[in-house]
Amino acid sequence: MNKKLLLSSKNLKIIINRLACQLKEVHGDFKDSVIVGLQPRGLVLSKSIKKILEEQHKIQNLKINFLDITFHRDDFRRDKVLNPNFNNMENDIEGKKIILIDDVLYTGRSVRSALSALDYYGRPSKIQLLVLIDRRFARHLPIQPDFSGRQVDAIQNEKVFVNLSADDKKNSVYIINQTNE
Amino acid sequence: MSELSVRNLIGIKDLKASDLNLIFETTNRFLEVLNRPIKKVPTLRDITIANLFFENSTRTKLSFELAQKRLSADVINFSSSVSSIKKGESLIDTINNIISMKVDMIVVRHPSEGVASMISKKVKSIIINAGDGSNEHPTQAILDTYTIQQKFGNISGKKIAIIGDILHSRVALSNIYALKKLGAEVCVCGPTTLIPKYIKSLGVTVETNLKKALLWCDVANVLRVQFERMKSSYFPSNREYSKYFGITKKILDDLGKDITIMHPGPINRGVELSSEVVESDYSVILDQVENGVAVRMAIMYLLASKL
Repeated sequence: MNKKLLLSSKNLKIIINRLACQLKEVHGDFKDSVIVGLQPRGLVLSKSIKKILEEQHKIQNLKINFLDITFHRDDFRRDKVLNPNFNNMENDIEGKKIILIDDVLYTGRSVRSALSALDYYGRPSKIQLLVLIDRRFARHLPIQPDFSGRQVDAIQNEKVFVNLSADDKKNSVYIINQTNE
Repeated sequence: MSELSVRNLIGIKDLKASDLNLIFETTNRFLEVLNRPIKKVPTLRDITIANLFFENSTRTKLSFELAQKRLSADVINFSSSVSSIKKGESLIDTINNIISMKVDMIVVRHPSEGVASMISKKVKSIIINAGDGSNEHPTQAILDTYTIQQKFGNISGKKIAIIGDILHSRVALSNIYALKKLGAEVCVCGPTTLIPKYIKSLGVTVETNLKKALLWCDVANVLRVQFERMKSSYFPSNREYSKYFGITKKILDDLGKDITIMHPGPINRGVELSSEVVESDYSVILDQVENGVAVRMAIMYLLASKL
């Protein structure tokens, strides 16, 4: 198993700032927009983006929800037990522009589940997808991101490991090769 | 990822503390689901569940059925009073017929002890015991302990008194198992005739003075006197039972301390609890009912993973 650094904390900071700027260009004052972070791994990224928008771009009353997709996944009763996570959809999404945020877009199945889960909360006017890492050529479903931090062409035995925390300096993204040499 | 250590829910006796904690954790998620505008998830849409009730029930049956519908399962209901049992069909033939209809999960209540366990050995479907005679009523005990945990933050070290007809109560037995596994101290209180001899071997204390039991405990789980199971007379009259073991608002006010009153229902108002207590701030009886749906959703969700 070998581990290759894909993005350092410095690179990540630049990328996340750029993603926040792109959102600002499209969503303006975010009056009709709601950020929806996907549980569990989109949580930290969505909070980081919210912080940048509020502190650097002076966006006020930015609405953020956290969506748990466990009950809508298509692999229940298949290979592993699915334990649900905390879910908070307190901000109304009816007629709003939704920005779904996750760390890695791989097969697209999580995003499909998220779209199905959102259905239960209302009818947004638009849903966009923002991901930190877009693993191209690995999709099982016709789903593409609207905003992506970095495109990666990793092979199937490789795992992209995103390490994001509240402390920026410890952030990193690795590619881990799981084949035994 | 955690999963339950059992395939069927027959009794709390077979569960580990970690199973109870996993069910509590999952229940928290389902309680949130029940507060959404659309209180439903599609998770069990490919599962068929049969509710077999060979004994009367209001709360448990409605609660299970609502939980199943909230999980999008297909539900069939059976109640012995309107079935071929009346024409002399045996229990196992009835069960086999229902299994042939490709049922994935069975919720069963029966007046005889051990029926859920016996069915689980004969069929491949997942079995949930919704009460077997005077043996166990696991889902009730889980929702009772969940309600205590919700109120106090944790159960370990809490003092729980179970008051009333302990002898005929499956709720008492399941509650004792669950509370002991989670580290609570348990005392049973009632007329000596309604306290089984073996009860001390389960690690509980026995108290026959209601006031002493109430002074000792943080939570009193008050049980119904089960007249329908009594084959002989265990106390002289309802009036006398109520005089010594009935809880009134005055008794609780005079304790001069916080106490929580629970009751699994149905309540004999004026016998074990006065109407005033049922409707007072001491009571969390309706919280128990609300939590019951979420607890049962969590149990069926976790067990369905085993199919």
